[in-house]
Amino acid sequence: MTPRVTLAIAVRVLTQLRRDHRTLAMLLVLPCLLQALLWWIFQDTPLVFDRIGPALLAIFPFFVMFLVTSITTLRERSGGTLERLFTMPMGRLDFLVGYALAFGAVAAVQAALAAGVAVGLLDLDLRGPDALLVVVGVVDAVLGTALGLFVSAFARTEFQAVQFLPAVVVPQILLCGLIVPRERLPRVLESVADVLPLTWAVDAMEHLATTTRTGEVWRDVGIVVGFALAALALGAATLRRRTD
Amino acid sequence: MMNSVVEVAALRVVRGGRPVIDGLDLVIGAGVTGLLGPSGCGKSTLLRSIVGVQRVAGGTVTVLGEPAGSGPLRDRVGYQTQSSSVYDDLSVLENLRFFARVLGLPPSAAHDALLAVDLARHGDDVAGRLSGGQRSRVGLAVALLGTPALLVLDEPTVGLDPVLRRDLWALFHRIAEQGTAVLVSSHVMDEAERCDTLLLMREGRIIAHGPPADIKAAQGVADIESAFLALVEEGRR
Repeated sequence: MTPRVTLAIAVRVLTQLRRDHRTLAMLLVLPCLLQALLWWIFQDTPLVFDRIGPALLAIFPFFVMFLVTSITTLRERSGGTLERLFTMPMGRLDFLVGYALAFGAVAAVQAALAAGVAVGLLDLDLRGPDALLVVVGVVDAVLGTALGLFVSAFARTEFQAVQFLPAVVVPQILLCGLIVPRERLPRVLESVADVLPLTWAVDAMEHLATTTRTGEVWRDVGIVVGFALAALALGAATLRRRTD
Repeated sequence: MMNSVVEVAALRVVRGGRPVIDGLDLVIGAGVTGLLGPSGCGKSTLLRSIVGVQRVAGGTVTVLGEPAGSGPLRDRVGYQTQSSSVYDDLSVLENLRFFARVLGLPPSAAHDALLAVDLARHGDDVAGRLSGGQRSRVGLAVALLGTPALLVLDEPTVGLDPVLRRDLWALFHRIAEQGTAVLVSSHVMDEAERCDTLLLMREGRIIAHGPPADIKAAQGVADIESAFLALVEEGRR
């Protein structure tokens, strides 16, 4: 891995995003709008918003980054740019970490905006420190990026890549505690939820919402980082310099 | 000192359970070498083996004295895949600067490459909005970054208008005169005459290798297409 190359890739991904206004809007504005929609839905039942709001702050960055990363990497694979890069002095980790850095930076902005809107404008009741909300958002987005990098290896077209969304992301959303609190899930599903990364991201947000103690939040952040690193390692394994 | 730029020995490539190249031996030297053959004959597979991105089942490929695709070669071999392999959503200069950075070259290298392919006026244009020929030249400019010792181009002239094709071949020769070995593939037989050395490929095998004039003379025909046909007939007998 060469810092020069890693950084070059991160800067290039950000330049591409800057040119793509629609994707940028989806990454930055959409989470705020959805958050506002949710607030509106639960206008007469603010307690529900206080329960679901934090969970959504965890789900958006994960969801969006997964989608954007899996498609952009797939484009690199099918457009020949990845193959060209592999004939150059680029290591697999340069590629993966470059992407993770770029989307991590976008995620920081996204998390700050979404948290700002939720706490500042929509009166989301949060006990824990606001800054930690951004930290959780970032690791969460990096997790989405890492998983997106990984699954893009199994898709041949952008259409197939999108199909991983219902397969990989939606079950995690259903089981993460958003719909039914985890401890009230059937025993088997609860154990399944325990090994899904999004569960821990949502758990971190819920702790932030309900308590000023940060110990559990950091533990959850650690778990999510672990999942993200594992997904990056898997992604590295699927990224081959020599292919058929 | 180094006459051979690429040495292929007993190369074997299997794709989808079927041998695409089976026991190929080949030596490629300086100048402009054309790899000609019909679509699907294994040209891209051979080129990919030479730049080290093809999984091979056996044999060796040595480039500039090093194993193909090894670390020391990564900034000495320029490669363009069949697609232009550039980022459509970046401008021409942004593309070139990015790849220059990956190669550890100064930003001025991007500008030099742009001049070499005659795209100076399009530096700020977004690559995706250029014509096919222009995009292909952007891809070529990326391959030219840092003056590589070997340039491997997979069908860079396909689908281009004749004037542009002529200009590109002139560019390949200028590059070769400056000391870069150029290996170009094509499935258009009439491009044969523009090469210093010719490799005729069919069904994963090299059926003729030499200057175009020699190949024609050996078969006693007037053009390469006839030579190709004669060689195929000869192989059948």
